[in-house]
Amino acid sequence: MNPIEIDARGLRCPLPVIRLAEAARAAPAGAWIVVLASDPAARYDIPAWCRMRDHALHEITEVSDSSGSAGPPGESDPPPYLRFVVQIRPQRSKAGGAGSGSERSSRAR
Amino acid sequence: MATAVEHSAILTTGRYHAAAAQDPSLFAEVPVDPLGRVDLSALQQAVLGPGTVLAAVQSANGEIGTRQPLQGAHALCRSHDVPLLVDAMASLGRDATPEHFDVMAGDARSWGGPSGLGVLVVPERTRWRRPGPVSEVEHGRTDVEPMVALALSAAEAWQQTQANHVDQSASSFALVRRLRAAVGDLRDVDVVGDPDDRLPHVLTFSLLYVDGEALVIELDRRGFAVGSGSACTSSTLEPSHVLAAMGVLTHGNVRVTLPLNTIAPTIDEDVSRFIAELPDAVAAVRAHLGASDL
Repeated sequence: MNPIEIDARGLRCPLPVIRLAEAARAAPAGAWIVVLASDPAARYDIPAWCRMRDHALHEITEVSDSSGSAGPPGESDPPPYLRFVVQIRPQRSKAGGAGSGSERSSRAR
Repeated sequence: MATAVEHSAILTTGRYHAAAAQDPSLFAEVPVDPLGRVDLSALQQAVLGPGTVLAAVQSANGEIGTRQPLQGAHALCRSHDVPLLVDAMASLGRDATPEHFDVMAGDARSWGGPSGLGVLVVPERTRWRRPGPVSEVEHGRTDVEPMVALALSAAEAWQQTQANHVDQSASSFALVRRLRAAVGDLRDVDVVGDPDDRLPHVLTFSLLYVDGEALVIELDRRGFAVGSGSACTSSTLEPSHVLAAMGVLTHGNVRVTLPLNTIAPTIDEDVSRFIAELPDAVAAVRAHLGASDL
């Protein structure tokens, strides 16, 4: 199954996480989602979302595309961003708490 | 070295000096656990680092309330002959006054004193001076004439705060416990910091799919002045370094600081009204982002 890709570069928090959650809601359990995000908060908030909603975060990679882009290097380089690979887990029934860490956090619906 | 959740005044200064000397190893930042508490074994590693001359550990974090293990930190620093600087800004006047430090720094505003007055507590027989050129004033320990009226009002405020500090702390602690329970019942919330070993008057939480700035404004409209560590509320668009170091959700962040009872005589009712209105405020902000049913 091809991963679902979400390009949230340029979006400010909380929008990258909202885009991810929208895709996760539509995706079947076991689906893979790749998120690209340039917002500094995404580095913390996408892992936190995975923890609160009990999804699996497989990978965070920092990407700077300078090598791949055509044209002279330097000012035309796109800004760096992060690439997250998430696997959607089946959601538990209504009252199940999915969080780990803080008290009574994150009720999965 | 300093903990990763120290005040920015300490962290940015340390980073600046390390960067200026082109030697990142000059300044160590010690990690914290998910509750925001410094890891004593990591602290020991940093203290053991070659050439360590000073350790900075706050008494408690003013943003999330978690207290730091000062007794253990001090013992550890002592055994390696590294002096411990304690930033007690968040605790003074609100919590027990720290006892384990070599030098303690505070701010008179913490206990209802005037702004513009810092306090440095140095044990007797400690020899010290300010860095930089020495002035004649106060044996070189300051470079401005002492502001006596300011100091007097800070001392008066300290005495008044200390007179009812125990009752004040107990009442704030109970109100925050009530708030924590109510906030924890919201959907998709990360309630942050230690629930028990904490400052009496501080509560921080983060809500999924909430724009922190929008929620601060929505609560302000309803008569509540709260803070936020979310990136959208900061001038740098970076989230709070404290929330980041703990690995908790940084967006949709709300920081509640209870005022002293003397200036908020209706605080019990105010907290009840906050608890009653918060779910609506959160729902309104989530709906605005189309995130009501995520």
